[in-house]
Amino acid sequence: MPVDTGKTAAPLEFRNVTKRYEGTDAAAIKDLSFVVPAGEVCVLVGPSGCGKTTAMRLVNRMIDMTGGEILIDGKSISGRSPADLRREIGYVIQHVGLFPHLNVANNIGTVPRLLGWDRKRIASRSAELLELVGLPAEMGKRYPSQLSGGQRQRVGVARALAADPPLMLMDEPFGAIDPINRDRLQNEFLRLQREIKKTVVFVTHDIDEGIKMGDRIAILREGGELVQYDTPDAILANPADEFVARFVGADRGLKRLALTNLEQVDLDEVTCVREGETISPGTWVDNDIVVVVDGERKPIGEMTRDVSSDSAVTLGSARPVGASIPITASLRDALSLMMTESIRPLLVLDGEGRVAGWVSIDQINKAVRQVPNESAAIDAAGIDLDK
Amino acid sequence: MIVAVAALAAKAPVIPGSDAYGKTSKCVKDNGTFCWDWVRDRWSGTVGPALVQHIQLAVVAVVIGFAISFVLALLAYRARWLVPPVTFLSSLLYTVPSLAAFYILVPITGINDFTVEIALVSYTLLILFTNTLAGLTGASGDVRDAARGLGMTPTQSLWRVELPLAVPTIVAGLRVAVVTIISLVTVAGLIVPDGLGAVIYTEGLKKNNFNTALIVGGVLCIVLALAADALLAGLQRLITPWAAARRSR
Repeated sequence: MPVDTGKTAAPLEFRNVTKRYEGTDAAAIKDLSFVVPAGEVCVLVGPSGCGKTTAMRLVNRMIDMTGGEILIDGKSISGRSPADLRREIGYVIQHVGLFPHLNVANNIGTVPRLLGWDRKRIASRSAELLELVGLPAEMGKRYPSQLSGGQRQRVGVARALAADPPLMLMDEPFGAIDPINRDRLQNEFLRLQREIKKTVVFVTHDIDEGIKMGDRIAILREGGELVQYDTPDAILANPADEFVARFVGADRGLKRLALTNLEQVDLDEVTCVREGETISPGTWVDNDIVVVVDGERKPIGEMTRDVSSDSAVTLGSARPVGASIPITASLRDALSLMMTESIRPLLVLDGEGRVAGWVSIDQINKAVRQVPNESAAIDAAGIDLDK
Repeated sequence: MIVAVAALAAKAPVIPGSDAYGKTSKCVKDNGTFCWDWVRDRWSGTVGPALVQHIQLAVVAVVIGFAISFVLALLAYRARWLVPPVTFLSSLLYTVPSLAAFYILVPITGINDFTVEIALVSYTLLILFTNTLAGLTGASGDVRDAARGLGMTPTQSLWRVELPLAVPTIVAGLRVAVVTIISLVTVAGLIVPDGLGAVIYTEGLKKNNFNTALIVGGVLCIVLALAADALLAGLQRLITPWAAARRSR
């Protein structure tokens, strides 16, 4: 159960929410219920027309629901004045929508100004946020037309965070960015999120982005029907139905591998010998390879078992180390490298380049078969929203 | 203020007296191509005051026309059903020939500046209304969505976002209106003895097409229009630095 973190993040709950547009028979959102615990990123994902953006816009009353209830921090949004409510919710959209006539600092200061902060406080908050999103302070004086797409998106995030809202809504925030910058912005946002720990509702049509960004993913079907709501790992391991399985893709096994990195895996032990050491027959454990290391356990070379087992190790008799991979790499990357290296075990190195262990196809097999240890589906009653 | 200037202008002889003719040069008597001495002699009495009147007639017309158009555009921005009727009426006023408008109004409001201003103001409405409305609706959907999503009320969004973004379009309309009105004030000179039109008409056309008066009136009118246009363009650059930033990209 998440700890109540006070103002910095608030839980969000959809309770039987329905949206029906006038003059249409089919509901845009049908009886939608789910809970986003405080401080988590919930990704709404689904094909176009599934109502994911509509669902997001119900939260800050950009669209009003027809039935049901949405609660932020346990309080219903229905009675709130839409403008006041929106000032307490961060809002980021695909094309950012920066105000072209205001410089970056004033764009960031929009909500604080609406809230009546004094000039000095707004200025210092703008500067603080520029730094937080990784932009130089001088950028505050620029106009949006003078920024690159990625810079604009960062300013958009800074503007949404200006009044420190407990909840953020992000509608395809990186959708209009080229793939390379997109990846960078996603990583930056994840780093930022680890720091600020907001509750985030993140809309995307891209399941890969959803898997990467979400603590939880809500998969919606046409007509605003929630098909599955769980952690990325659980959804990839156990898709609720054919629709989800198709939507996450036939390569869901590989996608799951991308979620786990080598640190989370039990690596096989590496037999290390220092240069000049004698290899006794007992040194050959259950692996046929020993790794020759220097004084800091950094690999210099490797040797394969042979009969002349009682000799001292010299660099001359060792060959260069085969493939190695950093411990921060995902299982997917490890598997890929194994493919190119003829499926032999890879030497895993830690952050300092020291030998950490072997990873082989067996560990990857084990990881794929592993059922997510606890299904993270949340029972709404399990969270004390009323506190 | 117009009345005061009109009174000032009335002190100067409207029709040159015999003594004035007596003093005049051969150039004026022979209606030469251009007589500098006439301009010099009549600057403070006739041409200067006419220029001032011209400016005042134009400024009053544009200011009142803009005030009306601005209010109508704000109303139409909120209540879109107002757009077709307002556009229709202002188009109708715009299509009435200027001279006809003056003569239609004279029997009702008399021969005075008030009549002139009614006609002039009605000509500004179409341009200013259309441009102000286009400016207000010109903000992109994303910008408007962001303003709303960040918690601006419709009124806050209008004054803090749509209106500032509309300034370049509004000023573009003002520039067209000002240039148009400066040239139309000349036509008003046929009705009232004010403005550069009066110099052209009374001093030029009515005096056997006195060349110097025709040229002075015409040239000053053009110079005035160009100066007003440049002034507004400069003003816009000053108040919308962001638009320049956008252009330089």
